[in-house]
Amino acid sequence: MSDKASTGISRRELLMMIGAMAGSATSYNAMASMGLVEESRFNGPPKLDGDPKGASVLILGAGIAGMVAAMELRNAGYKVKVLEYNSRAGGRNWSIRGGDVYTELGGATQHCEFDKGLYINPGPWRLPYNHHGILDYARRLGVRVEPFQQLNFNAYVHSTQAFGGKPQRYREIQTDYLGHVSELLSKVTQQGKLNEMVSKEDEASLLDSLRRIGALDRRYRYVPGRESSNRRGFQKPPGGGLDARPIYSKDLTGLSEILKSGLWRSIGAGWSTEFQSTIFEPVGGMGKIGEAFGRELADLIEYERKVVKVHQNRKGVEVTYVDPKTDGNPRTVTADYCLCTIPLSVLSQIDLNINPKMQAAINAVPYAAAIKIGLQFKRRFWEQDEHIYGGISYTDLPIGSIGYPNTDYFQPGKGVLLGGYMFGPNAMKFTAMPPEERVKKAVEYGAQIHAQYPQEFDNGVAVGWHRVPWTLGCFGTWTDELRAQHYDDLCQIDHRFLVAGEHASYIPGWQEGAVTSAIDAITRLHHKVINA
Amino acid sequence: MKKTYVKGLAAVLLMAVAGPVLADNAGPSMTDKPTEAASQMPLGEQVYTTTCQECHMPNAMGAEGAGRYPALAKNPKLAAKQYPMVMVVNGSKAMPSFARQLDADEIAAVVNYVRTHFGNNYKDKVTAAEVKAVLPKTGPYEGH
Ligand SMILES: Cc1cc2nc3c(=O)[nH]c(=O)nc-3n(C[C@H](O)[C@H](O)[C@H](O)COP(=O)(O)OP(=O)(O)OC[C@H]3O[C@@H](n4cnc5c(N)ncnc54)[C@H](O)[C@@H]3O)c2cc1C
Repeated sequence: MSDKASTGISRRELLMMIGAMAGSATSYNAMASMGLVEESRFNGPPKLDGDPKGASVLILGAGIAGMVAAMELRNAGYKVKVLEYNSRAGGRNWSIRGGDVYTELGGATQHCEFDKGLYINPGPWRLPYNHHGILDYARRLGVRVEPFQQLNFNAYVHSTQAFGGKPQRYREIQTDYLGHVSELLSKVTQQGKLNEMVSKEDEASLLDSLRRIGALDRRYRYVPGRESSNRRGFQKPPGGGLDARPIYSKDLTGLSEILKSGLWRSIGAGWSTEFQSTIFEPVGGMGKIGEAFGRELADLIEYERKVVKVHQNRKGVEVTYVDPKTDGNPRTVTADYCLCTIPLSVLSQIDLNINPKMQAAINAVPYAAAIKIGLQFKRRFWEQDEHIYGGISYTDLPIGSIGYPNTDYFQPGKGVLLGGYMFGPNAMKFTAMPPEERVKKAVEYGAQIHAQYPQEFDNGVAVGWHRVPWTLGCFGTWTDELRAQHYDDLCQIDHRFLVAGEHASYIPGWQEGAVTSAIDAITRLHHKVINA
Repeated sequence: MKKTYVKGLAAVLLMAVAGPVLADNAGPSMTDKPTEAASQMPLGEQVYTTTCQECHMPNAMGAEGAGRYPALAKNPKLAAKQYPMVMVVNGSKAMPSFARQLDADEIAAVVNYVRTHFGNNYKDKVTAAEVKAVLPKTGPYEGH
């Protein structure tokens, strides 16, 4: 390119760099979000008008999808029964609290020793404000929610390869990055190099906006001073009295250093719609939603039923289940229709007589690896020593991130944080370890970010989702190709059988997918029933 | 939650906290012992213990809950070397494809490892070239 700016960067390179920032943020989010960015289609509870004439529906699985369906079908006048493998309601909607016992596939058993009131959400932990469906059920069930801090400017971004492995505050990296990029862009603007792209009258506004967005000084420079310190923090913050005079922070990170560090990847972590404010969490743990559903549907749900066979005939559906503890004592129940919300990882192993295309769809979707590790510490040192109140620190260490509790700030006593949240190969590697080893490794790695770890660590639990007996994975990993081939076949009603759940949605890995899928499924089923 | 009690785990956890091992090793300069140990393992065993064992278990006995993971130990299906190779490359049902995550050498090594351990004793070997021949040109998207 001939069009070199004085910085030595061509216009195209510059624009590409800005594009790369957005692009990397996007791919970063794709990783972190486990799914597509889709605003929910939820439109209020379904209106199932018309008389189902005593029709019965057997629902398999008491996760969010199964229980949304059960509640709405019951309200519409159906005879409903839910069969659930576990001895609790909620499925992946689950919190582990002190005193809980969890046995994973392979037999390893963990006894959670958290203090009273402390918990970890091994699965879902946040409810974006635009997931209207799951939030509406939480509201209707009387589940109280509080804000979940996605973005904490005072939390860390950390790379083992940069800044000597010393964690940086998000606000510093974000301010320095935006400052440098804005300065560069103002330079080329002032040099008239954006002529074809920016009109003369827009130029002034562009410069003004860059100065504000980049915290630049009056001469459009990103330099130590009031503007930059107001964003990234002061070397000595302003105070009161004689010793009040602030000292601006002088150690602005150079552009090259930031670019090389890769830490700019964390900047966009909170920008996609699922991570924008406001995000909520249920007070007392995500499991509160499943538990509230369980109470509401207490007379409909039968627990400790392991479904092994679903056969339909002209008159109805026959479902066979066994005792999960012994795999014995088979029993069969019948109904007019069956709505199955069992994850495809498990459902693909169940004896079904359905059309081959639907069976092929059920067999086609692999399930992702993920692991979460909850660590209890003797005190909330991240608040007391480092002024981090909720939010998430990101790291290139295998643990991926550290999530701080978004509740009970300033409380004395112990605290529980999310000491690791991993996907892909790291999740596999960690899940392959015995639980106590996972916890130990999370403490070792986390100590590179918080030196207090070894001193303050108390106990921990670790849930690797490929070892969860009733999902065999975190969520269904559809690809565009797989969806094109199988998605519609999966969501059809096959005579008297249909599926719902996270896996039957375009919001994979989110509870909103389970809610909207269940509502869509029962609405179509209801239509079929009243027109039968 | 199931109330199966395995004695001793709590004790192990406590030891990990109270014992000197953790405190001494933790810190920014600590070395990653398990990985170091892993790097001295033969490649096939390394892949098995960091990947396959997640589901098929350390003793390759698989496991069963609401669904199950098949045992690889003494599994007659491993007699045809193509079978495990294609499984690892393509995945099957809940099992993801590893075509993106593992390279041909690693896949060959782990298939050969499993076919000669856990009560399996097959003499013929899969080569990386044979794995390459079945690897899709653009692997399925692993992750999300
Ligand atoms: C690590 C992780 C993080 C996540 N983070 C979030 C988040 O922050 N926010 C969010 O909204 N979502 C999140 N999700 C996704 C969310 O958990 C799921 O999308 C949702 O809970 C799925 O609900 P479901 O009803 O489709 O399935 P499930 O909850 O899995 O319900 C299926 C039910 O079927 C039962 N079952 C299985 N086999 C059988 C059988 N053979 N017989 C009888 N019953 C059986 C199971 O026990 C289970 O109760 C996360 C998930 C994971 C794993």
